[in-house]
Amino acid sequence: MTTKGLLRPLTRRAMLSGTAGAATFIATSPLHSPAIAQNAPLKVGMMLPYTGTYAKLGQFIDDGFRLYVEQKGGKLGGRDIAFVQVDDESKPEAATDNMNRLVGREKADVVVGTVHSGVAMAMVKVARDTKTLLIIPNAGANDATGPACAPNIFRTSFSNWQSTYPMGKVMADAGIKNVVTITWRYTAGAEMIGAFAENFTKNGGKIVADLTVPFPEVEFQALITQIAQLKPDAVFSFFAGGGAVKFVKDYAAAGLNKTIPLYGAGFLTDGTIEAQGEAAKGIRTTLHYADNLDNPANLAFLKAFKAKTGKDGDIYAVQGYDGAALLDIGLTAVGGDFTARDKMIAAMGAAKIDSPRGPLSFNKAHNPIQNIYLREVRNGRNEMISVAQADVDDPARGCKMT
Amino acid sequence: MSMPNLRVRLFGIACLAIAIALPFYVSTYYTQFFAKALIMGMLAMSLNLVVGHGGLVSLCHAAFFGLAGYVLALLSPRYDAASLLTTLPVAILCSGTAALLIGALVLRTRGVYFIMVTLAFGEMLFFFFHDTKFAGGSDGISINIRPEIAVAGRQLLDLDKTMTFYFVVLGFLVGVIALLTMVVRSPFGRALAAARDNERRARSLGFPIFRLRLTAFTLSGALAGLAGYLAAAQFGFVAPQMLGWHQSATILVMVLIGGLRSVTGPLVGALVLIGMEEVLKAHLDNWKLVEGLIIIGIVILLPNGVRQIWSMVFGASPQRAAEIKPAAAEARHA
Amino acid sequence: MDFITLGVQLLNAVQYGAVLFLVASGLTLVFGILGVINLAHGAFYMLGAYLAYWITLMTGSFVVALLGGVLVAFVVGILLETVFVRLLYGRDHLAQVLLSFGLILVIDEIRQVLFGKDVHAVAPPAWLSGSIQLTDNLSYPVYRLAICVFCLMAALAIFFVIARTKIGMIVRAGSENREMARVLGIKFDRVNRYVFAAGIALAALGGILIAPISTVFPGMGDGMLILSFVVVVLGGIGSVGGAAVGALLIGLTDTFGKVFFPSVSSILIYVLMAVVLLWRPSGILGRQDA
Repeated sequence: MTTKGLLRPLTRRAMLSGTAGAATFIATSPLHSPAIAQNAPLKVGMMLPYTGTYAKLGQFIDDGFRLYVEQKGGKLGGRDIAFVQVDDESKPEAATDNMNRLVGREKADVVVGTVHSGVAMAMVKVARDTKTLLIIPNAGANDATGPACAPNIFRTSFSNWQSTYPMGKVMADAGIKNVVTITWRYTAGAEMIGAFAENFTKNGGKIVADLTVPFPEVEFQALITQIAQLKPDAVFSFFAGGGAVKFVKDYAAAGLNKTIPLYGAGFLTDGTIEAQGEAAKGIRTTLHYADNLDNPANLAFLKAFKAKTGKDGDIYAVQGYDGAALLDIGLTAVGGDFTARDKMIAAMGAAKIDSPRGPLSFNKAHNPIQNIYLREVRNGRNEMISVAQADVDDPARGCKMT
Repeated sequence: MSMPNLRVRLFGIACLAIAIALPFYVSTYYTQFFAKALIMGMLAMSLNLVVGHGGLVSLCHAAFFGLAGYVLALLSPRYDAASLLTTLPVAILCSGTAALLIGALVLRTRGVYFIMVTLAFGEMLFFFFHDTKFAGGSDGISINIRPEIAVAGRQLLDLDKTMTFYFVVLGFLVGVIALLTMVVRSPFGRALAAARDNERRARSLGFPIFRLRLTAFTLSGALAGLAGYLAAAQFGFVAPQMLGWHQSATILVMVLIGGLRSVTGPLVGALVLIGMEEVLKAHLDNWKLVEGLIIIGIVILLPNGVRQIWSMVFGASPQRAAEIKPAAAEARHA
Repeated sequence: MDFITLGVQLLNAVQYGAVLFLVASGLTLVFGILGVINLAHGAFYMLGAYLAYWITLMTGSFVVALLGGVLVAFVVGILLETVFVRLLYGRDHLAQVLLSFGLILVIDEIRQVLFGKDVHAVAPPAWLSGSIQLTDNLSYPVYRLAICVFCLMAALAIFFVIARTKIGMIVRAGSENREMARVLGIKFDRVNRYVFAAGIALAALGGILIAPISTVFPGMGDGMLILSFVVVVLGGIGSVGGAAVGALLIGLTDTFGKVFFPSVSSILIYVLMAVVLLWRPSGILGRQDA
């Protein structure tokens, strides 16, 4: 046995001296949380990715939500707000456990989360079981406001269907006939591409090939070569985060952006545009937000967000901000009395919010009704060209809300 | 180690009594928490049959665990509860068969090779569920309603109730401990250990080493399937990461913490590791850094697991001292 | 598929295989010569990419990042060997697996503290940033070609060191029969340290080279680790030539799998591995008695 190094197996004496410290550490950990008294602050559980690939998104949602609460003096509907947060790490396998921790151990009254669709669907399941009020500030899985919809589940972001459906008509109207689609092989990808294809073929377009890469793989070279060989009129794509950066750069490096224009879901160029640099120039996408929206609500929001965090606000921050606004409307309607749930939920469902993204209301499945904008990457920003479709309402297929 | 003395037996009974009383004294959250910990303990014990008793470091154990979870998810009707009596045997059978097939391939290799090949096959199953659409792909798949035992339309056992679920897990756990204890003490278990300690000698004595190891590998995979089924039933959700190698490595950490040479050691390891994570998560932002350092510390300082602490505090028994560093001899090129 | 497209796809396969080879050769050296299984190999690949990002950001030069990143990785490797890894030489594989697993967690968190958790892009050096027109609408980035050339040179350098130099002789002696070499008076302590550090440096080098064509993101080491394992299993442990063969096979399987069998492409490489294992349990160029 080698013990020449700096460390050696423990001796008995060293062991005993260490035990005392460990014991105090364990003793101070809370095994029972104290009972929540009436009229205590309303506990909001933030279940977001604070680490991992989506960490930045999670932080912006968190900042947006807290910004709204701060603007209201730390109260929503007159009730004090207390926060408790859990890092979901974007791990679906830990999602139920994390959600149980918030609802069961921390006794959160409302849960806000999350970015990753798989994690969000696990949260939806627990929320349905425990009747916890859940506000989804990003994840776009159609099912959350489809078959899995429930009165206590709201979404302040978008459904995957909603964000790309208008693009089908936009591209067909631009005279594009043959399109190759490319995305990751997972639900979000399939739903975004599916909605686009639905509208595009309805308007006379044709999908030449539907290319997919396993999630979250980022080696696209083989498929880019294939696109060059297929020579479509345009490419429609959905990637996000690191994958979006790499795909856009590879596409430009192969010279394809000169002959085959690249279109995509908004996430292709949102939050990734800086890393994409020149390669992103001219890419057109649809989303429920654009960097240069000049309505007063957006200008005020961007200014306040910059003042609070020192960073430029984006769609994720807006979604968090609107989540707090929605909760505010509900709590205001019942004067801060969280026990009057039915009335509160009815008020939230009927909410009309003057959001930084434009007018925002909710359909019967509690999914947003909102404008979807056509944007183009210019000057390193996603600048709005036009409203691709106003007041887009997700069909909420499979939702049976009683 | 053959005959458990009175002290050990009393200690076991005391532990069981505490485990039975526990859900009546803690909140629902902690009942769930301990059910989860016991399931992980069951998984770690099943792995230890291969690692501790068989001397084979497998990095694909989570694959069998996750596979059974997927079987339950795929067999569960969308709006009804699945029957435990039919789905559980199918799940265990699937995991056992997968272990048999993979074992037949990987047991042809030795040493470092074995580790890498098990890792690669585990990842193959991971990618199978990750990249194909039929079971939800990388998003995972939900089990809407937990399984139940019903006879002629009457529900006898509903796993939806936290307390019921906990006792079902506890019952299976006691069964697994009994089974593994029997296996380890049987002639089969002794032959397996002989092959671990000195493969050449065991071979020359005429032990069918490949078949012994394959049997252990298959049994271990089937028991991992039992744990996976229970885990899937508890969380109501299965994702490919359940099969991933990070999970496999985490189980190995539990085995090492608990000590390699006893049946219930890995259970202790699981409780220690999961308890530690719970405390670290609640107190620290960079808790993984601390966990990583603790793992490294345990590997270097406590090669025989936390039991070493026990023997340091209460005086080492000579028999246990002899167990330290058992596999050092075969460490180099196998 | 026409002739030119086939050629381009072949090029894609070779380029992918070339980077795989660099990373896997580091892994196979550490296995073959030290007998240590290092799961943290992928973490150093990731670290290399982040170093490339950071140094390029600080100095504005990718070449400096290349040299600096490799140097940093080498030094880190020497430190790690001195503090931790040498404790593992006499230990069983379980200890090695778990220690390196602990290292992954630690390295990941340190990366988070030092470089954050954002996704980054790295610009290739200006003189390699152009493209070559291959077909009427497809051009090939020069940098990807440069990677192929660079990896080929690196491979030749590794072969030369092992086959022709005194260090290489000691390394070969150590992997053939360590006890005999020790009896003959060769001191392995120093050799071990440099081999381990070189293995880490090769992983980091792979990460640095890939940074301009990939993105730099936290989980990038995981996939690479598994692929390197498969390469090493395919080629045979300790055999650098085997790593080259394995890497090329994986590159071809992956690229053409994606084109012809898109839905099962990622499982194909494991099927390939299973077949090779049935045929030659110790890898294509591994010693079959092992």
